[in-house]
Amino acid sequence: MLAYIVRRAFQSFVVLLVVGLVAFSMFRFVGDPIDNMLGQERTQADIERLRGELGLDLPFPVQYFKFLQGAAQGNFGVSYRQGRPVSTIIKERAPATLELALVSGVLAITVGIGLGVFTAIRRRGFAANAIMTISLVGVSLPTFLIGILLIYVFSVELNLLPSFGRGETVMIGGWSTGFLTASGLKALILPAITLGLYQMTLIMRLVRSEMLEVLRADYIRFARARGLNDRVINFRHALKNTLVPVITITGLQLGSIIAFAIITETVFQWPGVGLLFINAIQFVDIPVMAAYLMLISVMFVSINLIVDLLYYAIDPRLRTEGKTT
Amino acid sequence: MNLSKLMLAASATAILAAGASADTLRWARAGDALTLDPHAQNEGPTSALAHQIMEPLVMRDMTGAMVPALATEWGPSADNPNVWTFKLREGVKFHDGADFDSADVVFSLNRAMTKDSDYKELLASVKEVRATGKYTVEIETDGPNPIMPNNLTNMFMMDQDWAEANNAVKVQDYEGGEDTFAAKNANGTGPYRLVSREPDVKTVLAVNDSYWGKGEFPMEVTEIVYTPIQNASTRVAALLSGEVDFIQDVPVQDLNRVSSTDGLDVRTAPQNRVIFFGMNQGDADLKSDNIDGKNPLADVRVRQAMSMAINRDAIKQVVMRGQSAPAGMISPPFVNGWDKAMDGSSATDVEAAKALMTEAGYGDGFSITLNCPNDRYINDEAICQASVGMLAQIGVKVNLDAKPKAQHFPLINNLETDFYMLGWGVPTYDSEYIFNFLVHSKGEKYGSWNGTRFGNGDLDAKIEGLASETNLAARDAKIGEIWQVVQDEQLYIPIHHQVLNWGMASNVGTGVAPDDTAKFKYFTLN
Repeated sequence: MLAYIVRRAFQSFVVLLVVGLVAFSMFRFVGDPIDNMLGQERTQADIERLRGELGLDLPFPVQYFKFLQGAAQGNFGVSYRQGRPVSTIIKERAPATLELALVSGVLAITVGIGLGVFTAIRRRGFAANAIMTISLVGVSLPTFLIGILLIYVFSVELNLLPSFGRGETVMIGGWSTGFLTASGLKALILPAITLGLYQMTLIMRLVRSEMLEVLRADYIRFARARGLNDRVINFRHALKNTLVPVITITGLQLGSIIAFAIITETVFQWPGVGLLFINAIQFVDIPVMAAYLMLISVMFVSINLIVDLLYYAIDPRLRTEGKTT
Repeated sequence: MNLSKLMLAASATAILAAGASADTLRWARAGDALTLDPHAQNEGPTSALAHQIMEPLVMRDMTGAMVPALATEWGPSADNPNVWTFKLREGVKFHDGADFDSADVVFSLNRAMTKDSDYKELLASVKEVRATGKYTVEIETDGPNPIMPNNLTNMFMMDQDWAEANNAVKVQDYEGGEDTFAAKNANGTGPYRLVSREPDVKTVLAVNDSYWGKGEFPMEVTEIVYTPIQNASTRVAALLSGEVDFIQDVPVQDLNRVSSTDGLDVRTAPQNRVIFFGMNQGDADLKSDNIDGKNPLADVRVRQAMSMAINRDAIKQVVMRGQSAPAGMISPPFVNGWDKAMDGSSATDVEAAKALMTEAGYGDGFSITLNCPNDRYINDEAICQASVGMLAQIGVKVNLDAKPKAQHFPLINNLETDFYMLGWGVPTYDSEYIFNFLVHSKGEKYGSWNGTRFGNGDLDAKIEGLASETNLAARDAKIGEIWQVVQDEQLYIPIHHQVLNWGMASNVGTGVAPDDTAKFKYFTLN
């Protein structure tokens, strides 16, 4: 068991190094930060000086090494754009993204599973067919368009919900939360729907198809033959057995909800790490981009590691294989 | 405190805030200020926020005219032409109660001249700043500088004691890795004081009750809530839904939508920014063209023909939806040295352009790559696309290469583009600024934005001489001569002057400032 964990952890570490390397080699194509930093009235001499100070004139393996050196000590450098330590900025921004991701994740799972079960049980009903058709919209329309449509309907036309920002937030320790104020909760609705819609439809379709399969299985027929009532059959026997693949997919999707909040955050001016990343790209704020990409890869690698370990715990075949080697 | 109490408290503050909202102005624009350190970034949104909190010695009002701020009188010294004397406003206090005097001016200007300051170029000619009394300051330059005050309109004053007490004597630098105090806090003399700030999220300012100009300016806005909203559609939606009262940079395609909404207005004025194309005319051969061993752009007739082929009115009508003013020179109209005849000289004449091309030996045309930004100027990429078609009429086959600004501008700086778009604003409102950066040959100190590879020793000397020409009439004459060369050589192909659009609730009263900087002490609300 221990050897397996060590091996997996080592592999994850190598993946992180490679991600960092690829990211760093990409930065040279994003552009040159010097212009943004110096403003219009700069001379050629200023450009040379700042480039030297930031180490941008060094070959990129050296830059990468310096970054790793700092990162190993928890120091991601200073943002070129804001002139503040990157770790501070990310700590400030993370609560916004995590709260949004949590709400849209919960929304996607509850509504997705609920509608999935409903459309599977009533698969010939009008409502189920309507839901299935509408769900195509969720899969096919790009996120920014959904966001702008929601803003247009609910903010501009109906004037019900705010079109941007987080509303009032309350600081608890170092964590700024929007859950405790009315305006904070209202501000969450549209972004959470926008961000979770794709995952919601995905989960719904997955649950539906799994349910349809399970409902055809012999043990469901026997259950019906025994005269168990529908609720027990549908939820205790059928739904439970559909959840294994759903949980796997949901776990992986949770990572992408956080990672791909970028577009939703831009549309709603949601002050999270995704918006920070977009600003960083436009400004060529290399320290912020590097830190963000590393964090996201750490997140994905950890999720995968946990999933792998869970498989190890669940699947006996992996364990026996471990013993023979 | 339990949860329900927290919520109660929060909703109570929300109600209180709503009650006081009569004089609150909620302001949104695309970008946030990068820092509160007044000398760290010379950049539009940064100095726009600083202008509410801090003040320079002299400033520009909402029409672009130079008016007194912390200095009440100024002029060149009678006995030494290299010295400018400034008489300071007396009885001014910083927000923390400290007095403003000449020591603060000396400190602030010296701070703005340090190596990490973004304003040091504007003060490059300054030899010494000295206090000659509690409320008089002299600035000595290394030669006479007739437009010294023009360089000071964004040069904000800090309190020396405050800076020393808070470890903010140095301008923030990126190397240190430390959070500097002045980047997050501000103590100015301005009409508004900082209440709270979360970078990129929200900044709240409240009116400064002990402001020296109370009574002199309307100051009807008593609270400012500033939120950057990056996405243009969201910004417009926030205005339409009444969540903000005032937005800068309304996209041209949304102008009708905003102005046709009840209770909202769009106000428009020419901006201090001109858009133009630059051409590599100095190299013997171009990399991006299909002519070997020759540089077609080196021939002034080709450059003139290309300029004649561009239909600026069509760009104005189709691309800009009427929101631009066709240009004939690369100077905005407010600038000293701007000439009405020159600016109106860009007529479209495709036949004459074709004749010029034939005369220059390029009757069959040539191909070239046009580098264009796609996120910097209003409809920048679309302007380039329109120009591609227009240049094709005279046989110039243009390959358009549009990139984000972070990738576009390095091409100009590193001399890697032969044909490029650039926009230019003139903060000093004087032609010298244009010549220094765009016309003087590229070198260590001058010409840092000149990507044309154009260089003319006599012209360079003339441009450098402007800095010390104290006879204003002679200086203006020289400026006129330099412009004549720029025009005759067709150094650049001017396209248009950008037009600024500010969208706001109808009860907000303000003109549109040509430098796109709102100064809220001038705003009225009714």
